[in-house]
Amino acid sequence: MADYAHPEVLVSTDYVAQNLNSPAVRIIEVDVDTKAYDEGHVPGSIGWAWNTQLCDTVRRDIIPKPAFEALMAASGISNITTVVLYGDNNNWFAAWALWQLKIYGHKDARIMNGGRKKWLAEGRELAKDVPAVTTVGYTAKEPDFSIRAYLPAVQQAMASGSAEMVDVRSPQEFTGEILSPPGLPETCQRGGHIPGARNIPWAQACNEDGTFKTAGQLHELYAKAGITGTKPVIAYCRIGERSSHSWFVLKYLMGLQNVTNYDGSWTEWGNLVGAPVERGAAAASA
Amino acid sequence: MKAEEYSTREVELAGWKARVTSYKLGDTYHCSVDNVSPGAVVARTEGKTREEAENAAVEKATRYLEQTRKVSI
Repeated sequence: MADYAHPEVLVSTDYVAQNLNSPAVRIIEVDVDTKAYDEGHVPGSIGWAWNTQLCDTVRRDIIPKPAFEALMAASGISNITTVVLYGDNNNWFAAWALWQLKIYGHKDARIMNGGRKKWLAEGRELAKDVPAVTTVGYTAKEPDFSIRAYLPAVQQAMASGSAEMVDVRSPQEFTGEILSPPGLPETCQRGGHIPGARNIPWAQACNEDGTFKTAGQLHELYAKAGITGTKPVIAYCRIGERSSHSWFVLKYLMGLQNVTNYDGSWTEWGNLVGAPVERGAAAASA
Repeated sequence: MKAEEYSTREVELAGWKARVTSYKLGDTYHCSVDNVSPGAVVARTEGKTREEAENAAVEKATRYLEQTRKVSI
């Protein structure tokens, strides 16, 4: 697929249509808008709600290992199942789910290129019924946090310039003109971005039909903004879901070796007392 | 069941770019309005006609979008 570094992590809508009944494949829909699945979904797919099933609902964190194992088991996913994730908004939360699957060491996780939008636009079959699933055994690996950036590492990287920082929010969020995406509640005390970050909105990695741009186009996009991968790359957004989409692009489609998702993102940084904040568009592009 | 009459277009609501997407599923028209950048859905509605679904979604989305504050920088 389009010369990607790891083409095996991406499947087409045709592949999904051909594997709807494959016992080796489990199709999962993960949407920003959790009502979308109920409206109609890929036949045989299961819906995961990002805000209750992929988050610890007490403290702010991804789900702990036992909850992850229970979710996978209840979804009929064994350690050798091929998991195909798709969702709305060009696969935002599908990428967020894949990032968590990789943290817990699931071997074969893939994204359906174009997501829910492409499936609908192509007039493909939809179902309203939730499939019956037989629970299976699942054992997760110990979490691999080498693909996750925590606040201290981000602070250290900012201070030393030891990493390339990518802010994937919209230009208006990046400059500080708005404190949240239009129409959504404000979730930070201050607007702006982490000093030194480059602004490459996540959607620039996608075509109009929701599919990813070619590897060449992606390399050009990031290189133009000064992101080359010569240093570790840290991606962030507001709550970590858009940046998991960009993390997926940087790591699997472009093949950069050291990419982390700072899921604390702006809702952490923009609420920190005393954290340095840069405003305006000065560093918006290289 | 398949999505029929899939349609998407960009409009401006309360001074913000918005995308109106609608389609028919069975006997029902579904409409969602997202904020283009970042693309989060701010309103989702249903209706017996496309017009009914879209009007309701646009009205609801406008209410949310007009609450967004701009900060002088």
